[in-house]
Amino acid sequence: MRRAWAAVVRVLKKRWAIAGARYAMILAIALIAYGVVLLLAGKDPIRAYADTFSFALGTRYGFSEVLVRMIPLLLTAVAVALPSRLGLINVGGEGQLYMGAWLATWGAITFTSLPQAVFIPVLIVMGFVGGGCWAAIAGFLRARGWVNETITTLLMNYVAPLLVGFSVYGMWRSREVGSAAFPQTVAFPSAARLPQFFGTRVHLGLILGLVALLAFWFVMERTKWGLKMRAIGGNPEAAKRLGIRLGLYIVVVMFIAGGIAGLAGMAEVSALHGRLRAGFSPGYGFMGFLISWLAGGSPLGILMMSFVLAVVFSGGTLLQITQGVPFAAINVLMAIILFVVLAKPRLVWSALRRKS
Amino acid sequence: MTDRRDVTRATHSSHTDGDVPVVALRGITKRFPNVLANDSVDLDLLPGEVHALLGENGAGKSTLMKILYGFYRGDSGSIIVDGEEVRIGSPSDARKLRIGMVFQTFTLIPAMTVAENIALYLPDLPALLDSRWIAEQIDVLGKQYHLEVDPTLPVRDTSIGDQQKIEVLKLLVGQARILIFDEATRVLAPHEIEGLFEIFEMLKKDGYAIVFITHKMREVLACADRITVMKQGRVSGTIEREAATEEALVELMFGGSVPDEVSKGGAQAPGDSILELRGVSTHAEGMGVGLRDVNLAIRAGEIVGVAGVSGNGQRELGDVVLGLLPCVRGRRRILGSDATSWSAGRIRASGVGFVPEDPLGLGVVPWMTLAQNAALGDVEAYSRHGGLSIDWEHVRRDIAASFDELSFEPLEAWVPVRTFSGGQLQRAVLSRELGRHPRLFVASYPTRGLDVRSAIAARRVLTELRDRGGGVLLISEDLDELCRLSDRLLVLREGKIVGEFLPCDIDRHRIGHLMTDSGGADA
Repeated sequence: MRRAWAAVVRVLKKRWAIAGARYAMILAIALIAYGVVLLLAGKDPIRAYADTFSFALGTRYGFSEVLVRMIPLLLTAVAVALPSRLGLINVGGEGQLYMGAWLATWGAITFTSLPQAVFIPVLIVMGFVGGGCWAAIAGFLRARGWVNETITTLLMNYVAPLLVGFSVYGMWRSREVGSAAFPQTVAFPSAARLPQFFGTRVHLGLILGLVALLAFWFVMERTKWGLKMRAIGGNPEAAKRLGIRLGLYIVVVMFIAGGIAGLAGMAEVSALHGRLRAGFSPGYGFMGFLISWLAGGSPLGILMMSFVLAVVFSGGTLLQITQGVPFAAINVLMAIILFVVLAKPRLVWSALRRKS
Repeated sequence: MTDRRDVTRATHSSHTDGDVPVVALRGITKRFPNVLANDSVDLDLLPGEVHALLGENGAGKSTLMKILYGFYRGDSGSIIVDGEEVRIGSPSDARKLRIGMVFQTFTLIPAMTVAENIALYLPDLPALLDSRWIAEQIDVLGKQYHLEVDPTLPVRDTSIGDQQKIEVLKLLVGQARILIFDEATRVLAPHEIEGLFEIFEMLKKDGYAIVFITHKMREVLACADRITVMKQGRVSGTIEREAATEEALVELMFGGSVPDEVSKGGAQAPGDSILELRGVSTHAEGMGVGLRDVNLAIRAGEIVGVAGVSGNGQRELGDVVLGLLPCVRGRRRILGSDATSWSAGRIRASGVGFVPEDPLGLGVVPWMTLAQNAALGDVEAYSRHGGLSIDWEHVRRDIAASFDELSFEPLEAWVPVRTFSGGQLQRAVLSRELGRHPRLFVASYPTRGLDVRSAIAARRVLTELRDRGGGVLLISEDLDELCRLSDRLLVLREGKIVGEFLPCDIDRHRIGHLMTDSGGADA
């Protein structure tokens, strides 16, 4: 028994095994807790989980929907992970996503006659700049030493959806017959729709997300800018003394991070909705924060966790249909995951290690 | 309440026991993750003696005393107080045994009054504060041991010297009879140190036992009755004051092989202007003070020392030279160019290096490796393909070359620097900064917290830089070091330069008084 225990501990001591086991444990605890919630609501949790996983991972349609869900999660998670390397806490993914969508929409309904080959890059730039400028405001205030970026990004999350609401209820409201009843813009011209692949709803955003993730890894680990950014995150006082321009890096990094979140918003409206609607995001930006935190900012972790949460997310939609569980119940699961993360299951590991 | 009133008499009675130790430590062993801090240490403490614990940094002096004070728990060994074996699990246990400790950094709360600070320390504080009783105690004990302070004054309004007195009073009012002082002289000016030793003298006459932890030989010889020397976690010997000579102590500290100390270079003709501050003032930031109208010039081949009590603008002076603080008024010239509006990056690139007062906190990124930290020293030089990659081989070669040039023992390049000891870390920072062959070098407390050997190496490096025609701004609190190295010595107080000395007419007492703005300063 003791020897078996020692063997288990030895395997767990491997770093990747610890990381993997950590994710698995977080999810297991969260799923069990959520199962209890389902049980209390009078549903059968085992049935619900079986439905979810067989749909999401067992069918072509289900899997493609998981990838569609994963796109904004991946992008907003990178938008959180990048500034976190400088010690900046960007809670504003949601607002940046809205502003990216907002500016891209302006482009889509203004330059209606562009050909697609030009239109798509224009939209990408618009989405990036929209989210980027929104985040750069917070970065600028932080760099000047006036306001903490956590507060500003959090509060600006409430402003951005209102700005989108203001636009779609007002100046941009569609006058089309039939759609005018909803707070939404006119449909984008077809040249302003991101291409979709394989006859599914999976769209160009997935490539943008993967490129962003890869670029994030490469810049951080390999380049001189990554070295400087990690120095700022590791010890801003030393970085300052070594002549690194903290203020500049903070503003630029916040701009890029916001831009990446903005791409998520742009992709959502351009590829999926084809128009801007009030309240189009079910909190992707917040979930991106959760993912980045779960993954500890590691690129591979972000990829894994955004996939897993996308499964959970599309499971939510499914459960709403098959079991009558309200979609909002998924928020309970997210909250439980967050609690588990905050409770630091790492404590358990250190206890294990001490025992060995 | 009544038993508290006869503090002094209680100590008198224990005094009569003569040579029976009040505290005996037997076989104390303490292991930290990577180091054996105490290796079966024995120590006897007699009533009415000042017992100095001498040793290099990291020799295990503080650890041993923190075990006696219940701050750490020893892995094995026993503590015998008044002939009885006791268990000291926490500082409050230690206080019950009437053991008290003054830490390196004072533990006073600046916003509270002297009396409140002392009341906080008392073990059985009544729900209703009897502030009159405390004030009375402060008054009585203060008169008796020349520790007069105004009990109603907030601590932030008292001088460093008074704060030292408050720390001692705290222990006395709390009825301690065994007083441990951990590097207590670090923040004191020379005359304040003498004052402390006079207090020791009075206390020991009344039977108090005093442990005085230090690494400064001069202080040990000035105040101790017995001296225990520690080396690498073990006691290498205990000698009586009469038998103690500097040679004997050095022998015990280093086992004979004493590294050579630098000697002052011959006076050279001053060269080109390296650094010039003209009428520079800065804003005060946070708890610090702002510089006020500072004029300073450093020429090639010159070490300019800056003396002063910590927190009198030393940090701001270094920061202003490195470009981290803007000059509100005045001009900054570096290597002959007006650098008033230069950024920290530009100043660094123009040939300025630094070693900060806290290398781990201000000089390196702790979780990065030595190589990564070295690369950060000059990122542009190591960049390849416009910054898309970094030439780590080049970094490694430069580290090796720099360590070689400074004749430092090489360090492992691929481990996080936070695993380094203080001396190793200092060598890492020095090699990175001097590897770039700076023209101007800002050294803030370059030997603070270093063992004697590393400190000597650091000083040697500074003089070598000077002899090669560099300019050095040396900020330190160690007057010995300043007097030995400086070609000119400035005294900084409250952000102003209040005195300037040439090496030939350095008068320690006058400097001490200038540092603290106390009587005897007729500048």
